[in-house]
Amino acid sequence: MLAGEMGPVRRIALQHQIKVGDFFGAEDFVPVTQAHIMADTESLGEAGVAWLEMLAGHPVAERRVRIPTITDPRGTDFSKAALLKQAVWMLDLEQRAIDAFVKLGVMMTDTCINYQTVLAATRGEHVAFGDTGVVIYTNSVGGARSNFEGGPSALAAGLTGRTPRYGYHLDGQRQATLKVTTDWTPATLNEWGALGGVVGRLAGNYWAVPVIEGIDRAPGSDELKHFGASMASFGSIALFHMLGVTPEAARLQDVASPGIPEVRVGRADAMALQASYRGDDKVDVVVFSGPQLSLIELAALADLCDGRHFTVPVLAVTSPQIKPDADRIGLTARIEDAGGTVLAGMCFYQSYAREIAQANGWKNLVTNSAKMVNILGGYGYRPMLASMEECVEAGCTGRLR
Amino acid sequence: MSGKEFIAAHAMGSRVEGFALVAKDGFSARYDLDRIQGVFSRPAHKLAGQSYRDRILVLDTAKGGVASAWMLHEMKARGVTPLALVFNSVNPIIAQGTALADLTMLAGFDCDITSVLASGARVELIPERRLLRVFATTP
Repeated sequence: MLAGEMGPVRRIALQHQIKVGDFFGAEDFVPVTQAHIMADTESLGEAGVAWLEMLAGHPVAERRVRIPTITDPRGTDFSKAALLKQAVWMLDLEQRAIDAFVKLGVMMTDTCINYQTVLAATRGEHVAFGDTGVVIYTNSVGGARSNFEGGPSALAAGLTGRTPRYGYHLDGQRQATLKVTTDWTPATLNEWGALGGVVGRLAGNYWAVPVIEGIDRAPGSDELKHFGASMASFGSIALFHMLGVTPEAARLQDVASPGIPEVRVGRADAMALQASYRGDDKVDVVVFSGPQLSLIELAALADLCDGRHFTVPVLAVTSPQIKPDADRIGLTARIEDAGGTVLAGMCFYQSYAREIAQANGWKNLVTNSAKMVNILGGYGYRPMLASMEECVEAGCTGRLR
Repeated sequence: MSGKEFIAAHAMGSRVEGFALVAKDGFSARYDLDRIQGVFSRPAHKLAGQSYRDRILVLDTAKGGVASAWMLHEMKARGVTPLALVFNSVNPIIAQGTALADLTMLAGFDCDITSVLASGARVELIPERRLLRVFATTP
């Protein structure tokens, strides 16, 4: 492959992987069963799309991925682009990227919750996943093994069927480095996200592995989704253990050596994080996204929307796999009857968030996603974190109480 | 007169020389930057409002999302990148992005590199030797 006998595309992919593997001291490669590519065009830009098109221009036998390879959300929902006031050039760039990926044999799943909608990786399975929320969930809840694989590396893994063996592919990296004790089990998704953000900030870097003790029940998939996505966003964390919950942490001694640093966190810490994002109470837009909503989250939102009338835009973003069910079951209609909009296949912050804020006059944004509030400040928003119920109320009144 | 030298655990790229921009803070191309203007844009970042263009960016750690893997490549195509990256610790995304963008990066020192360098210091990076050299301020 490196000699080019399998074509230049696979040689480019392997050269990239060797460069990264050498940087981290990887001794060899590990075969992977799936790859998941984050590649919205806001990130890719013209240069990234042109690079994909260059790869896609090679003969079919040389350019197609060797293992199931899927995609993270796109930068738009084409059917709702006008509502978002996205420019034509954004859509053109998206379409070029999609065309290139299809030529490369990539399946356009356009989801950051593939572990809920496509195919969850299992304990011990080596994969090459992009999207930090996908990786932390896959490593922690699934017990599978992946590093953060950015788009170029995930695509390279798809093309070669392997990835450099370093980081979370190794047993030693999966041991806890910080014990986090809590006497508080969050009740709502924003609370889970806030607690994840607190833990992420404390743990602090990609190589840190927190083990959480004191959660008093088995959290649901959506709760762990928000907890992990926020932890990954605030702290670049790729793996956490939760005693008695996650598969590698039946007992503390399974994942932690005696004497690792310990810290206590509680409700006050999470609420302080949430409060730190509160500005004035005016709300320009309400967004449920980051990660995409599961069918269960959409159902909960639909219940809250019945009989309500929104006065500011309320956007709920889900995956292309879930949207047809939401339509068929009637959830979409119930949310949109209240004045909301259900979008699919995109993620709000990956969809030219700065440009659509300027086009729509959006500044104050309220969401129940802690990951989103961490990200959107850099895009010029004043994001605020609240419960789904408070978000819906804000959609009706234009105020966050 | 030669200045101080520091050895990194990890290195990639080509030799570069330039002026440092230093902060004890994280780095994410998506979360922290206005990539069009070439400045730090996240209000809470310690370098908020400052230009990173053509500086040797010296920060604590790489944070956040996978987008940086593409964004460094896109920034390089427009000529709006740091000259090089130096971190106490990195995540794979920054390494992958640096590889695709063909930038220079050093990471992992036996000291807090952000505490021993000051913004404005003239610095040389020699990746093949994993070496960071700080030029003396006076000859």
